[in-house]
Amino acid sequence: MIPLQPPRRLIDVEIDGEAVRVPEGATLLDACATAGKDIPTLCHGDTLTPKNACRVCVVEVEGARTLAPACSRKAEAGMKVATGTERARHSRKVVLELLASSTDLSTTPRAKEWMAEYGADPARFGEDAATVEQPPKVDNDLYVRDYGKCILCYKCVDACGEQWQNSFAISVAGRGFDATISTEWDAALTDSACVYCGNCVEVCPTGALSFKTEFDMRAEGTWDEDRQSETTTICSYCGVGCNLTLHVQDNKIVKVTSPHDNPVTHGNLCVKGRFGYGYV
Amino acid sequence: MDLRFRDAQPTDEERAAVDALLGPPATAWDGGDRTAADLRFAARAEPARDLLLPALHAVNDRVGWISEGALDYICRRLTVPPAEAYGVASFYSLFSLSERPASVLHVCTDLACHAQGASEVRQAVADRLGPPGTSWQESPCLGLCERAPACLTLTAGDPPSAAVDAPYSGGQGGEPPVAAAVPQAGQDGLVLLRRVGVVDPLSLDDYRAQGGYQALRRAFQLGPTGVIREVTESGLVGRGGAAFPTGRKWEATARQPDHPHYLVCNADESEPGTFKDRVIMEGDPYALIEAMTVAAYATGCAKGYLYIRGEYPRARHALENAMATARARGLLGADILGQGFSFDIELRRGAGAYICGEETAIFNSIEGQRGEPRSKPPFPVEKGLFGKPTVVNNVETLVNVLPILERGAQAYRDAEPKLFCVSGNIVKPGVYELPFGATLRELLDLAGPTGTVRAVLLGGAAGAFVTDLDIPLTFEGTRQAGATLGSGVVLVLGDDVDLKAILLRIAEFFRDESCGQCVPCRVGTVRQEEALHRLSRRVDHSDLVLLREVGQTMRDASICGLGQTAWNAVESAIDRLGVFK
Amino acid sequence: MSYDRLTHPLVREDGVLREATWDEALDRAAEGFRRAVERHGPDTFAMLSCARSTNEMNYIGQKFTRVVMGTNNVDSCNRTCHAPSVAGLSAVFGSGGGTSSYQEVEDTDVIVMWGSAARNAHPIFFHHVLKGIHKGARMFAVDPRRTGTAQWADRWLGLNVGTDIPLAHAVAREIIHAGLHNKAFIERATAGFEEFAASVEPWTLTAAEQVTGVPAEAIKELAHAYARADRAQLCWTLGITEHHNATDNVRALINLSLLTGHVGRYGSGLSPLRGQNNVQGGGDMGAIPNRLPGFQDILDPTVRRRFESAWNIGIQPKYGLNLTQMLEAMAEGEVTTCYLIGENPVQSEADSLACVKRLSMLDHLVVQDIFLTKTAQMADVVLPASAAWCESDGTFTNSERRVQRVRKALDPPGEARDDIWIMCELARRLGHDWHYDGAEEVWNELRALSPAHAGMTYQRLADLQGIQWPCPSEDSVEPPYLHGRLWESDPVKRGTPAPFAVLRHSPPVDLLDEEYPLRLTTGRRLDSYNTGVQSSGFASPLRRGETIELCPEDASRLGLAAGEEVRITSRRGSVVAPVFIDPALRPGLVFMTMHFPDEVDTNALTIEATCPIAGTAEFKAAAVRVEKLVAVG
Repeated sequence: MIPLQPPRRLIDVEIDGEAVRVPEGATLLDACATAGKDIPTLCHGDTLTPKNACRVCVVEVEGARTLAPACSRKAEAGMKVATGTERARHSRKVVLELLASSTDLSTTPRAKEWMAEYGADPARFGEDAATVEQPPKVDNDLYVRDYGKCILCYKCVDACGEQWQNSFAISVAGRGFDATISTEWDAALTDSACVYCGNCVEVCPTGALSFKTEFDMRAEGTWDEDRQSETTTICSYCGVGCNLTLHVQDNKIVKVTSPHDNPVTHGNLCVKGRFGYGYV
Repeated sequence: MDLRFRDAQPTDEERAAVDALLGPPATAWDGGDRTAADLRFAARAEPARDLLLPALHAVNDRVGWISEGALDYICRRLTVPPAEAYGVASFYSLFSLSERPASVLHVCTDLACHAQGASEVRQAVADRLGPPGTSWQESPCLGLCERAPACLTLTAGDPPSAAVDAPYSGGQGGEPPVAAAVPQAGQDGLVLLRRVGVVDPLSLDDYRAQGGYQALRRAFQLGPTGVIREVTESGLVGRGGAAFPTGRKWEATARQPDHPHYLVCNADESEPGTFKDRVIMEGDPYALIEAMTVAAYATGCAKGYLYIRGEYPRARHALENAMATARARGLLGADILGQGFSFDIELRRGAGAYICGEETAIFNSIEGQRGEPRSKPPFPVEKGLFGKPTVVNNVETLVNVLPILERGAQAYRDAEPKLFCVSGNIVKPGVYELPFGATLRELLDLAGPTGTVRAVLLGGAAGAFVTDLDIPLTFEGTRQAGATLGSGVVLVLGDDVDLKAILLRIAEFFRDESCGQCVPCRVGTVRQEEALHRLSRRVDHSDLVLLREVGQTMRDASICGLGQTAWNAVESAIDRLGVFK
Repeated sequence: MSYDRLTHPLVREDGVLREATWDEALDRAAEGFRRAVERHGPDTFAMLSCARSTNEMNYIGQKFTRVVMGTNNVDSCNRTCHAPSVAGLSAVFGSGGGTSSYQEVEDTDVIVMWGSAARNAHPIFFHHVLKGIHKGARMFAVDPRRTGTAQWADRWLGLNVGTDIPLAHAVAREIIHAGLHNKAFIERATAGFEEFAASVEPWTLTAAEQVTGVPAEAIKELAHAYARADRAQLCWTLGITEHHNATDNVRALINLSLLTGHVGRYGSGLSPLRGQNNVQGGGDMGAIPNRLPGFQDILDPTVRRRFESAWNIGIQPKYGLNLTQMLEAMAEGEVTTCYLIGENPVQSEADSLACVKRLSMLDHLVVQDIFLTKTAQMADVVLPASAAWCESDGTFTNSERRVQRVRKALDPPGEARDDIWIMCELARRLGHDWHYDGAEEVWNELRALSPAHAGMTYQRLADLQGIQWPCPSEDSVEPPYLHGRLWESDPVKRGTPAPFAVLRHSPPVDLLDEEYPLRLTTGRRLDSYNTGVQSSGFASPLRRGETIELCPEDASRLGLAAGEEVRITSRRGSVVAPVFIDPALRPGLVFMTMHFPDEVDTNALTIEATCPIAGTAEFKAAAVRVEKLVAVG
């Protein structure tokens, strides 16, 4: 017998006046998706426990003092949620401004679109506004850490840590605006616990972490996602059978990812699967 | 865990400091010598992540800073990944990860001290020791506001030592008795402060002679539900700032089916201008121990954590003594008073992080994680410390439980006492006890402003400025005045105080103390400070708009109370005091 | 070093390989095969099929061997790693696959990782183990070294190399003596318990401690934890199978599952982890000497008849030669022509010098590969193939029996061609006009012949992200575990009882003595793979070349410093490698990998003592000595 998951109760919530039924335990983001609402998210990851650090997904829950992060707040029966109120939109706008004024969002998918949608104007904090600008850390041949693009979403830390890889090579160090993603004593990756699985790169929402191939091609100006195909196949190393999605440009593999909903990998690979394609 | 270490070795002293806390390592795999048996068999070490902060303290106390070798050794002993331990160690301002002198002078430059000439002190110290760095540093509020301007010297060694210099005298004066912080000491009619300055804080007998442990006896008579009923009927609400009904919190924890339950006493008193908890802990430590025992009994906890901020050496000493003697007399530990109830307290020391006073950040700090607040829900009563139902109460809240049980809910209600921390431009600064309902003016009449009052900051950095002295000092009254009672801070600012500088200091405080987890607070507090800098040079309407928009977002979208309140004081200063008109 | 891809067919002329056209190379290859069969019969031909290639290729490979060449001499490199698991499991349960799925490791209560360094060797499988651990499962690691896997364990048992059977026997005896064996399950679903119980009787905890070096108390704890668990998973890898008595080792572990009823239920089972991407599939497809596609026994006349009528030929009613036997037959001159697809036995076989000698005795050697490996350099014809996983379509089968789609993402370089195309061309030249319109057509032919795969259409494989066999129907999916039948109350449904095995401890063949006092064991590192042909192609920051790893105590006793080059000598050969000091080892135990054969040929040291049942070699236990190099000058 295969044990069945206990049946999940369904609960009713209201999203922008529309009744939505979701399974118990679903988040407001799930409920919004059911209602067809497109809520921006950055720190939310489909394979990770929500950290709700970026606060770009806030929505207004009737009766609550503050706004609620849709990505992590569980839907409760009878909850009335408004996604597009002035207050929620204002917070989203300012959060985008705060991020864009301090961090390089040039490789963050959809950032431009959201900035336009919410009328965010990061320039208004002035030219002297503090940023996290810094040179990229290129300390190995496999991937690059460009923390000038880091929004401190914690996803890489969670993927490297207990949620997936359990290597714990990185953590958040320091505090406040000076907090960074760091190895112990800010050591180079080559002197850290990193095992180069690239599972941090897989979840990075801004391109702060990128494969060296992509980083170099972007620098050369040859990176062109429109010319890339994506094909999912199986890794050629051990017998575990990990699913690889090969990103191919000009008949060359330029990046390897893994499907997040795959029962074998859940989006994770090891160093061989992620980087060991050089021989083909 | 397959941890990876770089090859740094601890010094003998660092190793000894850690071993003094944890005992010698059991096997080669956690830092001991290799034996033949180790190479044949290994058992997974019991989880001890929660000892990370104490272990970091042990090294920092002994050596003055934490080297890579020391951190690695701690990690081996506790099976903690070095990157995570580094992340934790670098979170706290009292720890240094680079070499520094054994003795470090902490100069308070926060609000109350600022109002009492901290800049001059700062200058004097800088003239003597050079720019701030390793041998001295500027500090957020040290909780010595009644003796502003204050300094604290922490000296590493075996044992480490601490010396308070307040008011600053260049290290000449000793620390006055705790009674000096309570202008009303010895007066009749005091409830919470009745023993402070009256009893010997190190004497259990003295405490009992003054009515100590009556409440616990009464609690055993009432039973847990009876205690909760009394506390609920008394109307007691939390004194930490959020004013949540204590009885409801206890009841909710008590009925959680998940076990064990934990009690956490939040003694991480760090709100600038607040020092009442320190005074209670220094002057009447047994009261807190007894109150915690009552709370644990009511809510079904066998274990309590008393989390005290790292800058309170005298209070810590008093509490350690109180716990030890209470334990020796059967008032703590197994089978308390022969009633079959067991409860013990572990004292945990903060390490310089305002945010750890947040009720969920305190859990992470105790657990050996970075002191970052958690998302709520789930609330602590459901999933708190170690993921278990937890009741968190502030020191003042807890000690209120004693008179509730001693006098009964009704009598307590009739004259509910409240503590106020009065500092700033004041003749007799200190902790005052007044019944709820007294007005701000009545309080100031007791304390005596030194001159014209320009404004009063109620509730600390997270509070608001008021000018109306007839505000009733109740939760409701202050709320109606657009302020908050918060932690009971009443910081009086005279005419000659530079309000813009005070606002900058507040902004700087939040920027420094933001944990960095959520964007509105991490970046918002920086943008707020930048805008205030610009505004104090030149008033520009667009900066005021910007402050308001950022402030609203911090208030609406931050994870915890720090970010949510980081704009309160600034907003009130702009709106009510017309600072940037 | 890294290898360049083969881009042209090569043929040997005047002793050297030169580029050739496809026609010339295929003609030469086919001609050699024909010549051998004409002269001495079909059994002079042998094929080594590729455990890294697709199921479809393996199906065609074995079909080529059986239909075109008329022999059952087809095998693959799973001989060198996992044949014992297949042999052991199929002897007990009638099917050679692991009995559980990855998800079950997350949902179990006790996980035993026996001779498995999965943390490094199977990192993503270990993610599932970690999920289980975080959910509260207790994990026991049995391994001579305190590996990364062992460091995650609740309990690590550091046994002597090659003492797995005594340890398993002691665990069994303790379970029986404590009355923790599952009597009802034993009664109903197994056979031979009495004999088995008698056979383990001498292995008291004390006796086992003396032989294995593991404290008696730890053995007892493992026994009790495993037996009392509601669900328990027993996982193993090469630490069990790379021994001269590997199949016995596997049977010893299976015995424990039979004793406790930890098989055939959700969360309870046996998981051998496969070393190569399609070792499981290669065997499933019949690219082994004793099974037809669908893992169907070649000696079963009904099965044979089905294939004979489908393929329209006769199949020899006998097992073919396995890899070890093939190599022996080459030495004897009985096998004279060989078709090697994607295999590199010169570097992957134990005692590599002997292997070179045997291959050089062949009359005709055709190698089909993506690189000019050491083996390919010996060939008469070299056929450049496509890399299966990214340049072909098809399927692989993983360690949990999940068949998953492989898709072509790249065009192969130069004139390299798909394996199936190459084999069809050869078949055509040998009188069989084969034509397949893509891999799916091959797969559908296989589905028609293999009940275990019948329900797996390409569409379903894509929709369900792979399907675990058996999958007899297109309308349903079977449970993720095998052998649920053992728990049926109806004896008919229960089927053949699973037999216990009576086994004898047989210590490693290569004995330690004063001259060779150190036990050398071998294994893998995280970033490298087998002989390094594939994994050398990327710049891993973790790679540090071949080393001889020894414990700090041995290093100091021998006066060796980290990085110092030393000579390592076994009874068969000698190599030089730098020293790496690893606290995971203990005195007397040293470790090397086989990832860098071009720099350090570790297999010059290992012993070709093979398992008589499965034919695997004892990579895990050689006797060596380590000596300081005498300074020159």
